[in-house]
Amino acid sequence: MTEIVVSILILLGGAFSILGSIGIVRFPDVYGRLHAATKSATLGVICIIIGTFLYFLLVQELFIGKLLLTILFVFMTAPVVGFMVSKSAYNVGVKLWDQSIQDDLGKAIKKAEKKARQ
Amino acid sequence: MAFQILLNIAIAFIWMLLKNNFTGVEFAIGYIVGLLLLFVLRRFLNFDFYFRRVIAVFKLIVLFIYKLILANIDVIKIVLSPKLNIKPGIIAVPTKLKTEWEVTLLSCLISLTPGTLSMNFSEDGKTIYVHAIHVPDKNEAIKEIHNSFEKAILEVTK
Repeated sequence: MTEIVVSILILLGGAFSILGSIGIVRFPDVYGRLHAATKSATLGVICIIIGTFLYFLLVQELFIGKLLLTILFVFMTAPVVGFMVSKSAYNVGVKLWDQSIQDDLGKAIKKAEKKARQ
Repeated sequence: MAFQILLNIAIAFIWMLLKNNFTGVEFAIGYIVGLLLLFVLRRFLNFDFYFRRVIAVFKLIVLFIYKLILANIDVIKIVLSPKLNIKPGIIAVPTKLKTEWEVTLLSCLISLTPGTLSMNFSEDGKTIYVHAIHVPDKNEAIKEIHNSFEKAILEVTK
């Protein structure tokens, strides 16, 4: 029974990681690719880690706290990476995909520039 | 709040001394007894019961995991659909949260749920610019963030 649960979790984690990689190839611009790279990968890593944790806890009867800490650190670092990469990409001038329908940040920047000029 | 936790730990220690048994289990039981005492006496001691915040934190975590799984399924649907039928865009999300700590937490939670990625803050920290992978309706997306994460964070820090 435990083996089944553990293998389901690890297979799920692998599947999420593969889907995330497919997303990196398929999405049209930097920002879309960041979605795939930082998110699906996060859930994939978490599933694999929980699977490993349960294996050691139930089969080997070892409580390994480091694995839980790994989840915490992945949660802490992934948003920072996404934030920094997207922010610097926008500041450098990487264009949004041509079918994007909203750009509130661009509007806000233009407004601020106009104010600064006056 | 710090005073309450200290009081609670003190009660747990007194419990351990009364039982003459210094193990983690006795400490946990003493802590629970202290919680019950504080809960019963919360009106006379004239302060807000701090455990309410702990429950709010748990609620936030459960909400986050639920959203994480739901949104992952959405993104997987987009990735696997044969035609990329998406309307990405950057939306400005105004927020009621005041301290920097709360705004940072909100932007991290937005980033961690797939489909949305916080990109930038306005100068005064009142607006978060969020890149969303699929926004057919801007107002609905903003409302969803307000009703889920912002509400839960307000519960914790209120």
